[in-house]
Amino acid sequence: MSVKKMITMYLYTRYERFWHWLQMVLIFVLLLTGFEVHGSFHFLGFDEAVEVHNTVGLTWLVAFAFFMFWVFTTGEWKQYIPTTKKMFQVVLYYSYGIFRGESHPVPKRKEAKHNPLQRLVYLSLAAFLLPVQMASGFLYWGYNSWKAWGIDWLTLDTLAFIHTAGAFAILCFIIVHVYMTTTGHTVTAHVKAMITGWEDVEEGEVQEWEKAGTKQPAA
Amino acid sequence: MKSTRGRHLTVPCTLLLFMLTLLCTPAAFSAANEETEDKAPGITMADQATKEKKLWITTDHSRLKELQKDFRSGPEITQACLSCHTEAADQFHKTIHWTWKAYTDDKGRVFGKGGDSINNFCISTDHMQDKGCLNCHPGWGTKTEVVNCLNCHGQKSINWEESFEDLEAFKESKDPDEKEIANEIRGNIQAAVQAVVRPERQNCGACHFKGGGGDGVKHGDLDTSLTKPNKALDVHMGSDGQNFECTRCHTTTLHNIAGRVYTKPAATERKSLIEDDLTTKITCESCHSSTPHKSDSKANDHTDKVACQSCHIPEFARVNPTKMSWDWSQAGKTKDGKPYTTEDEFGKHNYMSIKGQMKWAKNVKPEYFWYNGSISSVTVKDPIDPGQVVQVSHPLGSRDDANARIFPFKVHRGRQPYDKVNKTLLGPMLSGPDGYWTTLDWDHALTVGNAALGVPFSGEFDFVDTTYVFPITHMVAPKENVVACNECHTRDNSRLASLAGFYMPGRDQFSLLDSLGWILVLGHLLGVAIHGLTRMFTNGRKEGK
Repeated sequence: MSVKKMITMYLYTRYERFWHWLQMVLIFVLLLTGFEVHGSFHFLGFDEAVEVHNTVGLTWLVAFAFFMFWVFTTGEWKQYIPTTKKMFQVVLYYSYGIFRGESHPVPKRKEAKHNPLQRLVYLSLAAFLLPVQMASGFLYWGYNSWKAWGIDWLTLDTLAFIHTAGAFAILCFIIVHVYMTTTGHTVTAHVKAMITGWEDVEEGEVQEWEKAGTKQPAA
Repeated sequence: MKSTRGRHLTVPCTLLLFMLTLLCTPAAFSAANEETEDKAPGITMADQATKEKKLWITTDHSRLKELQKDFRSGPEITQACLSCHTEAADQFHKTIHWTWKAYTDDKGRVFGKGGDSINNFCISTDHMQDKGCLNCHPGWGTKTEVVNCLNCHGQKSINWEESFEDLEAFKESKDPDEKEIANEIRGNIQAAVQAVVRPERQNCGACHFKGGGGDGVKHGDLDTSLTKPNKALDVHMGSDGQNFECTRCHTTTLHNIAGRVYTKPAATERKSLIEDDLTTKITCESCHSSTPHKSDSKANDHTDKVACQSCHIPEFARVNPTKMSWDWSQAGKTKDGKPYTTEDEFGKHNYMSIKGQMKWAKNVKPEYFWYNGSISSVTVKDPIDPGQVVQVSHPLGSRDDANARIFPFKVHRGRQPYDKVNKTLLGPMLSGPDGYWTTLDWDHALTVGNAALGVPFSGEFDFVDTTYVFPITHMVAPKENVVACNECHTRDNSRLASLAGFYMPGRDQFSLLDSLGWILVLGHLLGVAIHGLTRMFTNGRKEGK
């Protein structure tokens, strides 16, 4: 196996990094207070937990709107276009190659920050799981206005079920996500990159299909 | 390169800090509000509603010549009252305080303690023929012909029957000592007649604090501790606070007093004085509005489903104990052939041969039910199922009922006689020569009692478990002592554990989802742990190559 040359690359802009860490704090607080409201443990006390959960939840909604604006105005949304190309190789890498010290089959580039697996996971997250969680959370928060909103056919237990299931899914994601940060060329490389914006990446050519703004050739 | 990286780092960090500060500000603001003593709107409204509460009178009854007479009997006093207050008796005769009957339904059942209704204390007044009950009837002694106005309007409480009897005995006497006594009695009677007031706590309390034959027997939230309560016991009545009389909330029209809760709601409309300045003041909303808490308070979101009393009366019987159960089936035991009594730790009778086994308790947490203001009640004419606990009275309402709220109750559990053949509850005669308290003979007491009620008795009886409810609405605690959110919103021993049919955060969960969720979380943890360990192990081998 040849050791490739490392190059330092500016991968994450200021806003991306800010958004990432803000979202981390928000989600952490929401999980903590959310599971307390759910009755899983006692920490702040029920009423305090509800208050914090509501405030932080609404903050997240507003912040997410800014993220949406950013993602579409900068064209960064293209980073989230799912693909099956090299998907198998990535899966194979994480389940086998990584143990043999092989190189990542799809190294990060400015124009292609996400590998095919990440594209799929982040798209599901940003386009489905998080919006579902935010929408169900917002409705939960507005419970007393359901009649006025004309949605009193909804029941709180259905909504609570969705919101709780979403919370478990996000918690599972976080476990894997945090672990995956250790899979860079050093254990802290990915975390460092999300703090400074700069990451050491193995040299290599980014393929045309991966580049943001480039249309994928029809299969 | 390094300096560039540093700059890239500081800006997002500052932003992050700024956002976090924003998150903390609501808490900071509310803390500041607390210090400037910002009152909840409900308190401000109530303060305004009660500001001009000073009432004045234009008649000094002690100066009326009608009341200077030498009264020989109760009805003479009443006549004196009516010589000015010409309509008072006619008005009063129509009220439930006098008739003890609420209303008659289309099946001919007469609701009310003077009618066919029963409870699980002394069970029935036997159509007011059980004279023991009439101590609380507002006539003279146990007679039911003439109103005793002074029951409710007299400030000085004296034993009228005894006083008039003694006066009769001594008034013609030549003995100077007995003459002296007679004059003293005369003076006492006149002083009592002339001390006319609007009903005060001890007037209402004489019956309502001691209903069921003793202090705190029935209600749990009404006992003699409310004659002179402090704020901690009752924020409204506390003599160190608002010092409300009963009539401050129990407003009156033509001697009909608001607040009766007997098969029909005390108030059919929930409105505040802002909406209708002539509305009764019987509901909390009357003075406090339906959103009394500070505008950002989650408590305001509860008022459509949870009664104010549910949170604001954490426990009842906070000073004096109240009776919680009464087992009539244990009555009749004797020691050495004689009836006996035993006392509990409160000094209250927990066994009486004439009454049976009883339990008393203090600082009792209420039980909670949906309640729309009406209470269903079983009469002597209603069939019962002796195989089940009979709900002699029970709150009506459900979650779907817009007028219903979750409301606190004292539930009194009884065990009382029923007719095994007719399957009805029985109303024994208790006082008097034929009464159970004299004879300890159930057969006779039940026969006489049911004859008075005009309801057949087969002669075969047994005892059945029953419940009887009292809405808890007095003894409103100071706001520092309200029921905390997590006393209901909790998985363990929630105060509302028995209320089903709706999802309540903190109390309810989907056990399958929770189990599956935590299994998945553990699975993920385990997965990444194995993956990580494998990496450490294999990478080590690779470097060794």
